[in-house]
Amino acid sequence: MPEERLPEIGSTVSIQKPVLNTLLARLRDEGFETIGPRVKNGTLVYGALESLEELPRGYVTEQQAGHFRLVYAGHTRYFDAIPGQPSWKQFLFPARLELFSMHKNGKGWEVSKPQPEKRNLAFIGVRACELAAIQIQDRAFIREDFSDPLYRSRRERVFILAVDCLHPGGTCFCASLGTGPRANDGFDLRLTELDDVFLIKIGSELGRAMMSGVPREAASAFLMSSAERSIERANENMGRVLDTSDLPDLLLNNLDSLEWDEVARRCLSCGNCTQACPTCFCWDAVDELDLTGTQASRVRVWDSCFNPDYSYQAGGNTRPNIRSRYRQWLSHKLGSWVQQYGTFGCVGCGRCITWCPAGIDLTQEIAALRKETVA
Amino acid sequence: MSTALIARPAAVHADVLLEPTWAEIISITPEVEGVSTFTFRFIDPLVRQAYSFRPGQFNMVSVPGAGEAAISISSDPADCENIGHSVRFVGNVTHSIGRLKVGDVVGLRGPFGSSWPVNEIEGKDVFIATGGIGLPPLRPVVYHILHNREKYGKVTLLYGARTPDQLMYTEEYEGWRQAGIDVQLSVDRGDQSWTGRVGVVPMWFYQFRIDPRKTAVLTCGPEIMIRFVIYEALARRIPNENVYVSLERNMKCGQGSCGHCQLGPYFICKDGPVFRFDALQPFFNVEEF
Repeated sequence: MPEERLPEIGSTVSIQKPVLNTLLARLRDEGFETIGPRVKNGTLVYGALESLEELPRGYVTEQQAGHFRLVYAGHTRYFDAIPGQPSWKQFLFPARLELFSMHKNGKGWEVSKPQPEKRNLAFIGVRACELAAIQIQDRAFIREDFSDPLYRSRRERVFILAVDCLHPGGTCFCASLGTGPRANDGFDLRLTELDDVFLIKIGSELGRAMMSGVPREAASAFLMSSAERSIERANENMGRVLDTSDLPDLLLNNLDSLEWDEVARRCLSCGNCTQACPTCFCWDAVDELDLTGTQASRVRVWDSCFNPDYSYQAGGNTRPNIRSRYRQWLSHKLGSWVQQYGTFGCVGCGRCITWCPAGIDLTQEIAALRKETVA
Repeated sequence: MSTALIARPAAVHADVLLEPTWAEIISITPEVEGVSTFTFRFIDPLVRQAYSFRPGQFNMVSVPGAGEAAISISSDPADCENIGHSVRFVGNVTHSIGRLKVGDVVGLRGPFGSSWPVNEIEGKDVFIATGGIGLPPLRPVVYHILHNREKYGKVTLLYGARTPDQLMYTEEYEGWRQAGIDVQLSVDRGDQSWTGRVGVVPMWFYQFRIDPRKTAVLTCGPEIMIRFVIYEALARRIPNENVYVSLERNMKCGQGSCGHCQLGPYFICKDGPVFRFDALQPFFNVEEF
């Protein structure tokens, strides 16, 4: 029987839209749990995705500073809706994870490690900005000097079906950071949704293997140029723009600007931005002890530089007010992150703008800072 | 990465080290009010033999159920089996440590962080300016100098405390003086018995003839004191590449992963805690940064 000729890495094929179900089934046969965008409680979350029909087809999200609405617009596209607050970070870097437990044994303690991660996850519909965010967290958790086995063990088990964004949202500015709207390298498969078909670009051996048994055609030049035009249109229709030409220095050279006092009057230090942000990686380790004092657990939880206790030590707080904490967040995200990890920490997804209850927009804050210093 | 950062010892572990290794408390020495020195020995003899640290490094000390605190190692690096930590009881974890007895077991993770540049400053005069609980992280340097006295020029330790009863390690000063370290003390407020200097540490710089061409200044202590020590050192035309500082921030992981200890681009736990001052200069005087 002739062996199936799989598409080469770097090539693009087109599939009829219902055929995505064949791909999802193939992934499940290989032991992956398929996860994708789902409508839930009036918003979009990432949950189990069994079939194409469960995608938020026809939905759009209205997003502005401090404003989010999921609206059924009735269009025919499956992957158009710009995501809600949750990002893929919750799977690779869970909000709460037991590191180990300790059991008192005489004077000493015995340590038990939790079961190693076994779930293989297939992320279906990773938008360009989200793929860039995963890669940014990769640099934070998997470093030359140290790497985090908890992150690594989850990351190694992930299959990524990335998605190009053709209809950016009201707070989107991925184009300003170079992270979208087309998904850059690092995916197993990349999907571009056209009117009648999905274009699928092969990004890796694993992606290639998952195409086995999936009915497809080579993508025609017409379809490819149609996709290109859509991407170009998307590039020009971003909800926001961020001028990064003078970053990171604009931030690190203006730490005493009065703009920080100005934003501090509005910021609540609630930490929504850091929770929604797909690249924020700060964590805390909390010990939990049972009532007998013999069984303890050390748990890793998400933390935020907006947390008033974040910088508390030895009886004092080095960032005791909102001004210093907001400055830390922004001057890290678009400033010192570059020296630490070689890229900006921001991918332009706009979640921090959408989910800020005070409606603070970092693209405007940067512009205000620039104006105050040039003036 | 700035070349002004102190080179760290090569990573011992490729994975982030999250679990503590257990050690027994073999002695507890009260030092001054609210501070005791705990000496630990690892229970596992293989770990005990393999463990070593450089002056300025710290361990994360675990009390299961309470949590972990970053504590500088304050004992002699030549003896790596008996590891001393002078602990000030100021928070939840340190108070839990304070309630432990000899024979109790704690968890240790480490050693972490950059170390005092005892090799780079060979041949120079060494001026150690510190106060209060800033002396413990510097005491390993004093011991290193004592073991290698001929490698250094004039060595001065200028140490201050709020009151005479808060001066730490007083019983060791005579031995240090005999070994060729000029130990000079000061207090903020004297008492009936005190016949020495009264005044904060930075203001005594003018009393010492310091050669800016060949003096390294090492400082640690309350940040307000550090700021003024650096001010005085730079005023004496000591180049900022010859000034070394050990800083302290809220630390959780000790390895540059959890984010808490950041100062600008630096993780105090991994790029510090010991810094050459020129690396810190852009950020150091920014209030509440």
